[in-house]
Formats: sequence, structure tokens, C-alpha cells
Amino acid sequence: MEGKTQINIFFENSTRTQASFELAGKRLGADVMNLGVDKSSVGKGETLIDTALTLNAMQPDILVIRHPSSGAANLLSDKVHCSVINAGDGTHEHPTQALLDALTIQRTKKTLSGLKVAICGDIKHSRVARSNIQLLGKKGNLVRLVGPRTLMPSEIEELGVEIYHDLEQGLKGVDVVMMLRLQKERMAGALIPSVREYYKTYGLTYEKLQHARKDAIVMHPGPMNRGTEIDGNLADDINHSVIQNQVEFGVATRMAVMCYLCQND
Amino acid sequence: MDIYKNAKIVDPDEGRVYNGEVAVSDGQVVEVSEKRIDTPENCLVIDCKGKYLAPGIVDFGVKIGEPGERHKESFGTAGLAAARGGVTAMISRPDTSPPIDNPETLEFFIRRAKSATEIPIHPLATLTKQRLGEQMTEVSLLLDAGAVGFTDCDSFISNSKVMANCLSYCSQNNSLVIGHPQDPWLSGGTSATSGKFATLRGLAGVSPMAERIGLERDLALVEMTGSNYHADQITTREGLMVMEQSLDKGLNVSAGISIHHLTLNDLDVGDYRTFFKVKPPLRSEDDRQSAIDGLKRGVITIVCSMHTPQDEESKRIPFDKASSGAVGLETLFPALLRLYHSGDLDLPLIFKVLSYNPSKRFGLNSGRISKGYQADFVLFDPDYPYILDRTTLASKSKNTPFDGQSLQGKILKTVVAGRIVYSREEDV
Repeated sequence: MEGKTQINIFFENSTRTQASFELAGKRLGADVMNLGVDKSSVGKGETLIDTALTLNAMQPDILVIRHPSSGAANLLSDKVHCSVINAGDGTHEHPTQALLDALTIQRTKKTLSGLKVAICGDIKHSRVARSNIQLLGKKGNLVRLVGPRTLMPSEIEELGVEIYHDLEQGLKGVDVVMMLRLQKERMAGALIPSVREYYKTYGLTYEKLQHARKDAIVMHPGPMNRGTEIDGNLADDINHSVIQNQVEFGVATRMAVMCYLCQND
Repeated sequence: MDIYKNAKIVDPDEGRVYNGEVAVSDGQVVEVSEKRIDTPENCLVIDCKGKYLAPGIVDFGVKIGEPGERHKESFGTAGLAAARGGVTAMISRPDTSPPIDNPETLEFFIRRAKSATEIPIHPLATLTKQRLGEQMTEVSLLLDAGAVGFTDCDSFISNSKVMANCLSYCSQNNSLVIGHPQDPWLSGGTSATSGKFATLRGLAGVSPMAERIGLERDLALVEMTGSNYHADQITTREGLMVMEQSLDKGLNVSAGISIHHLTLNDLDVGDYRTFFKVKPPLRSEDDRQSAIDGLKRGVITIVCSMHTPQDEESKRIPFDKASSGAVGLETLFPALLRLYHSGDLDLPLIFKVLSYNPSKRFGLNSGRISKGYQADFVLFDPDYPYILDRTTLASKSKNTPFDGQSLQGKILKTVVAGRIVYSREEDV
């Protein structure tokens, strides 16, 4: 990607995704620019489309966008000529996360089909869950969603997934346990009683993991709330946790996505 | 005297269409006959060429940008849009900026309206000051100034005591209170109806139950106070069920629906198309079918445009942040004809819900082509096909969800109190 320009616009705070995209671009030799929302003119009231048009006029090859509104990447891609990569839009999708999760599963389980995968926690606010449900479903895996009813979006069962409200039941016989971050910043109106109750009922611990298959892997898209959705020790236990692999494969996945887009220009 | 000849006259009251002639004098209908009416000298004869002549549309819930948002719509552009859409009376909304919550603002509003458009505007005033749901407005003074009803529009009065007092007070003046029955807590922060579509798109959704909860609260208070109440939009099966029970009890209540909820569903939002963002959000196809059924059974009696002009800036942003509402004065009639062409509604019923019922509800002397009624007519061709180009709309704002869609049916002439206020160019 030498001579190509990649602009990362992040309207939401993000450390790992932004760093991952930046590194991926740099490793491919692209010129990478980061635009943080607080430093840009968005703070001065500029609309998303105006920002997009301005950046578009600078002729970038790739725009990477993260935005708190669902559909923002879609809106942006209508207005610019270059490739747009959705790095997470609201509670809609986070496609590169699903791809890197798939790569992680493929590498550790040596297959990406016929597996039982439990996605656990705050499904309602999770774009990671929505992207993973689609990708894993397409590849012929059985997807279970585990979480309290208040954090389950309506009619999600229509997407061909199994719903569990009991973590131990949901983990029975699964190959992959995907934990989600409890999105405290998106909580409105008594969704859960307290963090400690959440940890007791939906936090992943060694005991609860007993119900999964012996060789089950534990994943988390990060950033983690240790002691909220996952036991800190378990998260660090390389016998189960592949969380660091996810981060590593994240860069590779994003390199692949950008390579693909630039080659198909 | 003017005589309209060679017309197919739509009578919503008697539920029939017949060939006839209409004589108009001094803005009123003086004779309607299935036979030939004698034409005196100096009489203008309008040949309807076998097209349909129906009572003019009375559109409830029109938001005019004045005062405060004249860049979105003015009395002039709203009037033009109305004339082209066959709307001969607009019941206007008070959710302006500042809101119409005192007689002085209302007088200004009426004065501006009269100087800027030929289409009569019958204003609603707010039920509470600043639409805050706390202090009642000066109902009696506002009635004297010309208000035809009271509403806080989409701001639900969550304090039941305040709402009960407002209903009670308004009932002594025999004036109509219009509610927007949506539980504010369930609907707060949402931009879609909950369900598979909202979940897939990652949009915060509101359960249709929010409508039922709001409506049950309002209707219970209506029963308690014995007042006169209209629900602006009932859009769900749940809401219809509750409405029907109250009608069965004999309460003085009625329900309306917007053209958008009758002809579009939640899937039309597609890839976050903000022109389809309305309040309440578009519903499931099941709910839409229930609404059509409710219309046929007379549970819903008024269809309106809920004309809400929004500028490009407030729509060209992400869906959850975009403003709600769609313009509708010009598209109300052709869009409703979709249900005529699909065989769901006949023409008399269409004009019953567009003209006759709203006229009666708001106490206007129109809504029928009959002796003694005001001569408000539309002459139209229900079959004329075209593709809507939003840039051709007369409204200052062009936020219509029907852009690029096939519509069938055109207004050829609009007549207000005997004066032709619009005539289609090709027809002149």
C-alpha cells in the first residue's frame, strides 16, 4: 500500500481498534492519518457529511470510521469516492472484529464450522455480537446468546440463534465462549441491578467454564471489565484465553481487508 | 353563479358516486342535482370532463414553520402545497417556536396566515405553556382568538393530574383535546419500532405497547372527566384494540392516523433512510394491515398528512440523530389512493376519512358536496400515473418518503369557497 493514504476518523474513544488499524496501515506502507473527534471541526458543529466531503476532497484511498450512531459508516460511504471501512457504528456492526474473531477461532480450533459458540453478556448494545452472529451463522456454526433478558434485543431469535438466560446452561458443551463487555456507557434505565449481581450471574469464572467443553476457548473483544464480565485470572490463563491472539490477529485481519480493498480499486 | 357540469360526484356521507352537476354561489353550494341544472346568463360553466368531484381535503396536524422555522416552511409555501394536494383546510399544529400557547401569538399566527395564503388555516393551540406539561394555557382566551382545539403535539403530558385537569377544563368549553398517546419513558431515545429490523440495524426500538399504555392512560382520564378527545395517530393493533373498547363504551373519542403509517412499514427505512423517520416510528406490516382494517371498521376515522417540514441539514445526519417527520400536504391524496387501487378502500370512504370526518370533528361547514355546505372541492383523476420527484414539491422542505416512487392520481383543480385556487397547467 505504498503511496496510499488511509485516514482513521474515530468519533468514539478507542485505543485498540484505532491502534490496530493504524499499525495495519503502517505495516503495509500506507500513509496513515488519525483524526480524533475532539481535535477536529466536528467539535465546532460540522456534520458528518461535511467532514466526509472535506476528507474526500483530499483524495484518500481508505477511510476508517468509528461512530456512535448506527448507520454512520453507511451514510459516509454514500458520499465519498474511496473505500470506507466500518470500525464500529453504534449498536449496528463491527465487521473487522467478526473477521478477526473468525481467524482466531479458525487458528485455534482448526475449523470454522460445526462449532457451538456462546456469545455472552450485553447483546443488546453489542455491534460485535451482531457481526459475529451473521458471520458464524453463515459458516454453519450453532450460535447461542447468553444474557439477561434486559440486555437481549427484541426478536433476535429470528436470526437463527438460541437464547439462554442462564450462563451455565448456555455454556453446556460449547467450543467457544465469547464474552462481551458490559457497556456501562450505554446503560439507561435499570438494565441490571448492580455490577456484583451481574458478575454473580453472568460473569465468566473457572467454575462456570466447567460446563463448556474441556478444550473450549475464551474470547473477549476488549476492553475488558475484570471482575464484571470475566474473572481476571481466567482472562490471563493461556490454557483457555485467546484474548491476546485476538489482538494479534486483529492487525493481520485489518491488513488483509485493506489490501483487498486497494487491490480491487 | 358557477356550475360544475359533467362530474362524477363523490358523496362520503351517503357512500356513493354519481353523475351530477353542482351550482355554487357566494362560496356555498346552492344546488346539487343528478339532472341538468339550468344555466342562467353570466354564469361560469366548468366542464369536469367526466372526472371526479369530491369535497376538499381537511388536513389535520399540519406543521407550518411559522413562527420560528420559516426556512423550513412558510404560510405561502404550505398554502401552495395544500392547493396542489387538494387540501382546502389545514388544521395547524402549535409546536412552533415559540409555541402557540397564548392568544397574542395565536393572533399573530392567524394574521400572517390570512395575508399569505388563500387556504383557510384552523389553528390548534397548546394545552400547556411551552408544551411542558405543567401549566394549562388560557383555553378560553385562545378559543376566542380562534383556536379549534388543544394539543401538546408529540410532547406527552406525563403528569396525569395535569392532563386530567386540562381535559376537565376543556370539556366545560366543549373543546377538543388532541393527544399523542405514547408512553414517554418507553419511547424516549428510540428511533424505530422494536423488532427484527431494529435489532439488525442496531437502532434503539420502542415496543408498540408504548402506544397502548399512553392511550389507556388518556382514555381512562377521558372517561373520568367526560371530555372530548382525539388521538392524533393510532398506528398499532394494540392501540386499536384499546380505542375500540372506548368507542364501544360510548366515550366522545376518535382516532386518526398519518398517511405514512397507512402506506409504509418499518422495513421501508432500509439503509437508514432518514426521510422515513417519523413519530411514532413506522410499524410492522401486521400493524399496518390492522390500521387499514381499523379504517374500514370505523375505529380510525381521520387520515392526515402529519405534514412536518424538515430541512436537508436535519435529515442528512445519522438516523438516530436525524429529525422526525415528513412533508405530506401534496402526497396525502395520491398516497392514500394506493389503498383505492389495491381495492382496500372505495372513493367515498377515502373522502370520508380525508374530508367529511375531520370537518365534522372540527366543526367546519365542509366535507360534503351538498346544499348549504361551503364550496370546497377537489376535481381529480384517480388513475393518472406518475413518478414523484421531490424537487417538484411546492413545500419549502422536500422531505418526502415517496420520492422516486410510483403514484397514481392527480388533483386537477382545487376549489376553496367557490374560488379555484389551483388548476393543473395542462388542464388550464
